[in-house]
This record gives sequence, structure tokens and C-alpha cells, in this order.
Amino acid sequence: MADTTANHATSRPRRPGIAGVAADWASDQRAFKTASWGKAMMWIFLLSDTFIFGCFLLAYMTARMSTVVPWPDASKVFGLQIGGSDVPLILIAIMTFVLISSSGTMAMAVNCAYQRRRGATVVLMLFTALMGATFVGMQAFEWTKLISEGVRPWGNPFGAAQFGATFFMITGFHGTHVTIGVIFLLIVARKVWRGEYDRGDRGFFTSRRGDYEQVEIMGLYWHFVDLVWVFIFAFFYLW
Amino acid sequence: MSAPATHAHDVPQAAAAVEHGQHHPIRLYLIVWFWLFVLSACSYFVDYVGFEGFLRWSLIIVFMMLKAGLIVAVFMHMVWERLALVYAILLPPVAVLVFVAIMAIESDYTALMRTMSFVGGG
Repeated sequence: MADTTANHATSRPRRPGIAGVAADWASDQRAFKTASWGKAMMWIFLLSDTFIFGCFLLAYMTARMSTVVPWPDASKVFGLQIGGSDVPLILIAIMTFVLISSSGTMAMAVNCAYQRRRGATVVLMLFTALMGATFVGMQAFEWTKLISEGVRPWGNPFGAAQFGATFFMITGFHGTHVTIGVIFLLIVARKVWRGEYDRGDRGFFTSRRGDYEQVEIMGLYWHFVDLVWVFIFAFFYLW
Repeated sequence: MSAPATHAHDVPQAAAAVEHGQHHPIRLYLIVWFWLFVLSACSYFVDYVGFEGFLRWSLIIVFMMLKAGLIVAVFMHMVWERLALVYAILLPPVAVLVFVAIMAIESDYTALMRTMSFVGGG
């Protein structure tokens, strides 16, 4: 990565046209001295994602604060009947624990990857992907249950009409993130398994040489998905 | 990346100097993992017990911030990154909080208008 991130002398001749513009913007400075290009870009992507989820939760707050119709009681709406008694929010609680567990296994996978323990890394990443898929499965169950109870983006039997729109939008967007995360976990796990990061093979998409830092970058994305769920759990389900 | 396997426990300083990678003891991750479980259980408990009002909201916020802080700081390695990156990532979301404040005022006004203008059937 040194070739793209080192500080070049300013006396180098500028290439003509748009190539010169791109070269000037791409290679003159390196602000993040210890973070590689890939890691810095992942962080900036996650920052932009923070704004997206921030705006979703913000819109939800605005809708909920300004409606004069009572907001549905999430504790009851998302409760399940287990053994004849109502347990509030139980499915959401299980989903939270599954996602936190997957975050833990991902952190361990990053650790193992830096120790070059390929087998352990692959197993931990597959566990992470499995729990991610479980999470999405439970979310699909939750959506099915709510839809069958008559919750729609334009109305629902429990209270304020905006409940459905915010619910489907926020959890749907988060579920999409989890799904994409699972797919990329499998891709990165396959690369680790085949030893592509040991040899520094070029990636199929960026053609850049991969190394074990990509497991950490994958981990950043996965922890972010967990992080967003922390806020959704607090504001949408518990509030 | 240097060719031979460098174990975190052997030479953490040297490894960190040579590579960008983050090397930290597994024990630390397990402790953070444990606390994330405890804090999640606590926030679920807030709902289960049925706390209301200020107590409920403050507990939800406290548990949420602690969980978010642990994930960002340890799992995402933010405490070990250089300050240039930390500021670049953690300061911009403050703008979201400003936006929250603006929209809270706005939605209060909207709610007031709805109550005043559409009493009993808006």
C-alpha cells in the first residue's frame, strides 16, 4: 500500500487533464498516518452510514413527537405468547443477544487473523455469519407477524399511523445491512480459507493486494451493524 | 506485512510498529463481550420491570451509551487509533445531535398546532 499513500515530492510533473486532477487529489497528502487507506475509507463510509441511520431515527422522533394519536406500545406489539403468558419484547431481546454474540466472535476472528491462525479465523467468521443470518431470519419472522396483524406503512390497528412506516424503514434498512454483512463475511472467510491474504492475491473487485487487515476492516463494518442495532433497540423498541 | 507469523503476545510493541494491524489480548475482548451482555440484559430489564418516565429514559440512554462506547472503543479499536482519525470520525455526528435539537423544537410546535387546530379529530 506504500505506493499509494506515501508523500510524493511536489516537483513531480503534473499529468495533463483529468488524470492530473485525480493524481493531485489522490497522492499528495496522507492525513491518517497509522490507518491504512482501506481502514480510513471504511471509517468514512461508516460515518456516512451514521448520518443515514441518524436521519431515519430523527424522522422517527419527529413523527412520534408531533402526532396527537398515541404511539403503539412496542412492549406489547413485539411481545410473544410463550407457554400461555405474554413475555414483552422477547423476540427483540433474543435478536439483540444474537447480534452481540456475533460481534464478539467477529472481534475474536480479527484477533486470530492477525495471529495467522487461519482455521480459527474461518470458523469464527462462519459463526458470525451464521448468527447474522439467524438475526435476519428472526427479523423476517417479526415482519411476517406484524404484517399478518395488519401493520402497514400507512396505518396499523395499534395507534399512530406513522408507526408502520418508521418500523419498516428503519428495521428494513438495518436488516439489509446485516444481509450484506453476511455475504461479505462469507467472501472474506473464503479468502482467508484459501490463504489469499498470505500470498497477497489481488481482489476480484479492486485488484488491490489483500492482507489480513481486510478481516479487521470487515470487522469494523460488522461492529457498526451491531452499533446501529444498539440505538434502534433503545429508541424504537424500548422508548 | 512481514512474512513470518508475529504473535501478539510475543512482541506487541514491535508488531504494532511494523504493521498497521491491531493486536490486543483476547481476554480484553472477552471482558467487553461479557459487559455487553450484562448491559443488554439491563436494558431489557428496564422494559420487563416496566419503569416509567424519567427513570426509564435515563436508564435506556445510559445503557445505550455504555454499549455504544464499548463497541466503538474496543471492538472497533478506536482507543488505539491516532487522534486525527478519532476526531475525523467522532466529531461529525455532533451535527446529528444539533439536527435532533432543531427537529425536537419543530415537532413540539407541530404537535401544538395539531392540538389547537384539529381538536377531537385531526
